[in-house]
Amino acid sequence: MARSFFGGVHPKGYKELTKEKAPVILQPKLVSIAMNQHIGRPCSPLVQVGQRVLVGQKIGDGEGLCVPVHASVSGTVVAVENHATPGGTYTLCVVIENDGRDTLFPGLKKRENIDGLSPEELIAIIREAGITGMGGAGFPTHVKLSSGLGKVDTVIVNGAECEPYITADDRLMRESPERIIRGLQVIQKILRPKRTAIGLENNKPAAAAAMKQALPADMELLTLKVRYPQGAEKQLIQAVTGRQVPPGGLPAQVGCAVFNAATCAAICDAVYDGLPLIRRIITVTGQAIREPGNFLAPIGTYYSELIEAAGGFVKAPDKVLCGGPMMGIAQHRLDCGTIKGNNALTCLLENKKSSYEPQCIRCGKCVEVCPMHLQPVFLHRASTKSDLAKLEKGNVMDCIECGCCAYTCPAEIPLVQSFRRGKQLLRAQKAKEAAK
Amino acid sequence: MKQRPQYFTISSSPHAHSKTTTKVIMRDVVIALIPALIAAIYFFGFRALTLTMVSVFGCTFFEWLYRKLMKKPHTIGDWSAAVTGMLIAFVCPVSLPFWTVLIADFFAIVLVKQLFGGIGMNIVNPALAARAFLFSWPSLMSGTWVTPGTWLPALSAPVVDGVTAATPMESLAVGQLPAESLLDLFLGKIGGSLGEVSALALILGGVYLLIRRVISLRIPLAYLLTVAVLTFVFPLGGNDRLLWMACQILSGGLLLGAIFMATDYTTSPVTRGGQIAYGIGCGLLTVALRYFGSYVEGVSYAILIMNCCVGFFDKLGIPKRFGLVKKAKKGGEGK
Repeated sequence: MARSFFGGVHPKGYKELTKEKAPVILQPKLVSIAMNQHIGRPCSPLVQVGQRVLVGQKIGDGEGLCVPVHASVSGTVVAVENHATPGGTYTLCVVIENDGRDTLFPGLKKRENIDGLSPEELIAIIREAGITGMGGAGFPTHVKLSSGLGKVDTVIVNGAECEPYITADDRLMRESPERIIRGLQVIQKILRPKRTAIGLENNKPAAAAAMKQALPADMELLTLKVRYPQGAEKQLIQAVTGRQVPPGGLPAQVGCAVFNAATCAAICDAVYDGLPLIRRIITVTGQAIREPGNFLAPIGTYYSELIEAAGGFVKAPDKVLCGGPMMGIAQHRLDCGTIKGNNALTCLLENKKSSYEPQCIRCGKCVEVCPMHLQPVFLHRASTKSDLAKLEKGNVMDCIECGCCAYTCPAEIPLVQSFRRGKQLLRAQKAKEAAK
Repeated sequence: MKQRPQYFTISSSPHAHSKTTTKVIMRDVVIALIPALIAAIYFFGFRALTLTMVSVFGCTFFEWLYRKLMKKPHTIGDWSAAVTGMLIAFVCPVSLPFWTVLIADFFAIVLVKQLFGGIGMNIVNPALAARAFLFSWPSLMSGTWVTPGTWLPALSAPVVDGVTAATPMESLAVGQLPAESLLDLFLGKIGGSLGEVSALALILGGVYLLIRRVISLRIPLAYLLTVAVLTFVFPLGGNDRLLWMACQILSGGLLLGAIFMATDYTTSPVTRGGQIAYGIGCGLLTVALRYFGSYVEGVSYAILIMNCCVGFFDKLGIPKRFGLVKKAKKGGEGK
């Protein structure tokens, strides 16, 4: 690749823990499906306690910026109540007891041919299937598609999987490249891009080979350098096209749309098989796990069941993360269900802490690694002093929270935490000004 | 699945951390200084080692004492005091009395570093500030230069008679090429401060720091190239340009300063552009002080002055905000 992005780090990958583990199909006893798995308004539940539901049946939907959720197993609704979710909040969840029969909802419609469908019809199918970005952020896919209509000239598939430990997308690309390609062809049909590129890091030769075999002539496969955060949306766009998404802007503004590999596969399932987004590959890994592996688990599978399926803990973990170690969210309990954007469960053992005070030595390493061209060293100072003017001038809002700065900081200063605080301060001030 | 919740550590991402901590970096600097120390022992005898050890001990002790008296968490574990200790010894003559070096240690650690807030907060380089302070005793600092090859025993008396040599810098200051050959200058068989004599040993240390990514080439290269260009273009005393330039680069504290002092994190800019401009500034000032100053050497004062301008250079090098560049041509491009 001639072009790349500025900065970045090379954290140890630990992908060998699960790289060769094909996904194991999991049949959980219970699932807890959150009504809010996406950016936007939460769904209202459409089922009651005691009601029997089937696989793929819609159990929650809402108005406005909202994506429906579906039953991921067949069985009986045992609770509709507030439960812990990976995001750290308690939200309304539908808990279903699995009858283990996997009975499909009869309303699901298979389609052999989609030539007659208009882009709008396809977008409606994708919305009804409850598809959100499966890379983590959970942006509603139908919104991304409809806002990109007529603006996008480049569609990029994100198979970079630059987070350490995670191999879910790697396995997906190896096992079902044709589903990713078919889903991508649906996206092509909707957005009509001039260029379609699939980007993955060059540490996944098997996935690259599998994808290459399934690749039609009008798509290109790009092997990218292994460098975190290669799979961050803005950095991937920069590496593939050389364009930079303007501050606070969306990829469509520079003519790009990025879709996660798993999202493409989900679009294929939805459009051709009529199957909504009800399961995904999730990597259960980390040094605290006895038998790390990949699992094809229904959405809403409890973390405790996933860990059990992976042989349980070798030793009590220090941290359990929804996602990988760079951007994952630390969990405080295991009785919450997976969500659509949840690609991994990483269980880490305790790290040795430094014995001395974390104090900035002004080494400038954070400046050198920041892919957003920020100066974390000065932003941290401004954030500590709650200096809003300096935070704003330093463009703290541009921070994508990738964690490169905090990863590399020799003094081990929690820089991302500091910037999250800084952003909150700024948002609060903006809200106050708007209220006046 | 109602079960008793298990408890785990909750913290903000990232949850992974690079192994390169402050301690590892400072230890790397100590390792990088060892070749120069070995060279000093080879040329001046074991007094070079004892003087360095006294200084390391002094700095670590004063740092420990200050933090203890002020009831602040201890910081000697980060090895930064040890680095300062080594550097102070390196910029002094090998014949310096032990009490003098301890005064320098106190000045560097307590007055220059801790009173400004400790590691990362000082404005000027502690070792260089201590050297400047030691010039309150000019006869000790530049009166006696031990001839290389005169082996001083580990605990020899400070002032040594009959071993005074002229340093290459003293010749250069009056527009003459030094008497020593270029090879001697490169290997370090010259008079001068303890740790600055051997260009070879300093470059070895610099290469180690580059490989370990403790420093980047930006500051040292900008610094050395500036000095090289200026001395090449303006040779004094009608000397051969190339020879004059080589002698200027290899003599005095330039390599020690460019590799170990100007790259000091705390007192140098953090932005790429700022670092290059800062290196050029150090080079300009060094040549100006060497050519026009009343003292023969200019490196330490050049760096000290530049230390005070770091805030300006930081602003100079701030990269363009992400997303504000001109839009690339539509359609993108291939591999």
